[in-house]
Amino acid sequence: MKLELTAAQRAARAEFRAFAAAEILPHAGRWDREAALPRTVIDALRERRYLGSNVPVEHGGVGRDMIDYGLLTEEIARGCSSVRSLLTVHDMVAHAVLRWGSPAQRQRWLPALARGEVLAALALSEPNAGSDAKSVETIAVDAGDGWVLDGRKKWTTFGQLAGLFLVLAQCDGQPTAFLVERESPGLAVRPLQGVWGTRASMLAELTFAGCRVPRESLLGRIGFGLSHVVAAALEHGRYSVAWGAVGIGQACLDACRRYTAERRQFGVPLADHQLIRRMLTDMIVDVRAARLLCLRAGWLRDQRDPGAFMETMAAKYFASTMAVRAANDAVQIHGANGVSDDYPVGRYLRDAKVTEIIEGSTQIQQITLPLFDFQEL
Amino acid sequence: MDGMDATQIKIKEFLSRFFKSHDLQPDEDIFALGFVNSLLAMQLVAFVEKEFGIQVEDADLDLDNFRSIRAISSLVARKTGAPAPA
Ligand SMILES: Cc1cc2nc3c(=O)[nH]c(=O)nc-3n(C[C@H](O)[C@H](O)[C@H](O)COP(=O)(O)OP(=O)(O)OC[C@H]3O[C@@H](n4cnc5c(N)ncnc54)[C@H](O)[C@@H]3O)c2cc1C
Repeated sequence: MKLELTAAQRAARAEFRAFAAAEILPHAGRWDREAALPRTVIDALRERRYLGSNVPVEHGGVGRDMIDYGLLTEEIARGCSSVRSLLTVHDMVAHAVLRWGSPAQRQRWLPALARGEVLAALALSEPNAGSDAKSVETIAVDAGDGWVLDGRKKWTTFGQLAGLFLVLAQCDGQPTAFLVERESPGLAVRPLQGVWGTRASMLAELTFAGCRVPRESLLGRIGFGLSHVVAAALEHGRYSVAWGAVGIGQACLDACRRYTAERRQFGVPLADHQLIRRMLTDMIVDVRAARLLCLRAGWLRDQRDPGAFMETMAAKYFASTMAVRAANDAVQIHGANGVSDDYPVGRYLRDAKVTEIIEGSTQIQQITLPLFDFQEL
Repeated sequence: MDGMDATQIKIKEFLSRFFKSHDLQPDEDIFALGFVNSLLAMQLVAFVEKEFGIQVEDADLDLDNFRSIRAISSLVARKTGAPAPA
C-alpha cells in the first residue's frame, strides 16, 4: 500500500493551484457579490481543457483520471465554489453521455463538451420534486418524429449559460432522460435570483411549453432515466462535490492560518490561544480525513469497482458536513470580520451549506449509506 | 447453488449482499423482491462490467436483462459470445 500522490499527480496539482491562484482566487469575492461569473474565467477553463476533462481521448477529450480530476476540483473550489459548480454540472452531463449515450450521441456531444464549446447543465429538480427525484412532474410525450416536453425545472446551476440540458421527464409515467438544446422551440430560460450559496453559479428556471425535441434526444431508454442515466450523473456529481467540499475546508484553513497569525488579542496572536488551536486542529484533521475518503473513492472509480458508489457517497457525506463545520469555525475564529464581506469565510460558510443540499442531501445520504455498507477496506 | 454455472454463482454472490437472509433462486424476479433502487442498479452494471469484462450499453437497458440471476447471466453470455446458460 502506498498512500501518496505520484510525481505526475503532484505536478498536475501544482498546475491547478497556480491556475486558481492567478485566475480565480483574486476575483472570487467580487464574482460572489455580482452573482455571476465573467466570460473570461470560463474561457480560461476552456483553454486549459478543465471543462469535461474526464472525456476520453478517443471522444475528443483529455481523459483525466479520477484522481487528477479530484485534485483539479479541490484547487478550483479552494478559490471559488461557483466555478467548481460549473465543472460539476458540466462534467455530470458529459459523464452521463459517455456512460449511456448512443454512438451518435457521443459523437455529437462529447468532443464539444470536452472542448467546452457547449456548456451543459442538469435539469432534474422542480418546484415540487427535489430529493424525491422520481416524482418529477415534467412530462415527455412521444410525437412520432420526436418528443414534446411540458413542465418546469428549478435550480438549474449555470442554466443561464448552458447550451445543453440533461432533463428528467416522465414518459408514460416512467422517468426518462433527454438531452435538450437551449434553442429548442418551446423552452424558456429565466435567471433565478436571490440564491445565497454558490451565488455566482447563475441558476435558472426552465419552462418547457410544448417543447419539441428530435427523436435522438432520448438518452438511454424509457424508464431508465433516473436509475441509470441521472444516477450516473449524480454519482459523478457526488464525487465532484465531495472534492469541492475538501477545497472549501482547505480554504477555511488557509484563511484561519493567516488570520490567527496576524490578529492579536490579550497581547498574543489568536493562534496562541488554546481554544483557537483546538478549532484549527479539528479543521486540519477533518480536511485530511475528507481528502483521504475522496482519494479512495477516486481510486475505486478508476478501477471501475462497484464499491465506488458507496465510497463516493461516504466521501460526499463526510466532506460536505466537514466543510460546514470548518466554515462555521472559520467564521467564529474571524469574529466580526467573519461576517463581513472583507473576508472570504462568510462565503465559504454559505457555499459549504450548499454542498450538504445538492447531489443527495445529508439526510438522503444518512438514510441510504447503511444499506450499502458491505465493502471492507 | 445447485444447477448454477460459475457466472450465475458469482452473480448470486453479488446480489446476495443486497438481499440479505434470502436464498435468491436463478429465476427469481429481483425487482419483485423490492429494494432495487438506482444505487443498486448502477452497482449491478458496474459489477457485471468489471467481473465479466463486458460493456453494458444503452441498447442493453432493458429490465428483462437484469430481472434475475439467469437473465443477467444470459446478458453476460450474449456480450461475451459464450454459449447461453441452461
Ligand atoms: C445552489 C443550488 C444549486 C442547485 N443546482 C441544481 C442543478 O444544477 N440541477 C438540479 O436539478 N437541481 C439543483 N439544485 C437542487 C437540489 O438538487 C435540491 O435542492 C436537492 O435535491 C434537495 O431537494 P429540495 O431542495 O427540494 O429539498 P427537499 O427534497 O424538499 O428536502 C427538504 C429537506 O428534507 C430532507 N428530506 C427529504 N427527504 C427526506 C427523507 N426521506 N428523510 C429525511 N429527510 C428528508 C432534505 O434532506 C432536506 O433537508 C440546486 C440547489 C441549490 C441550493
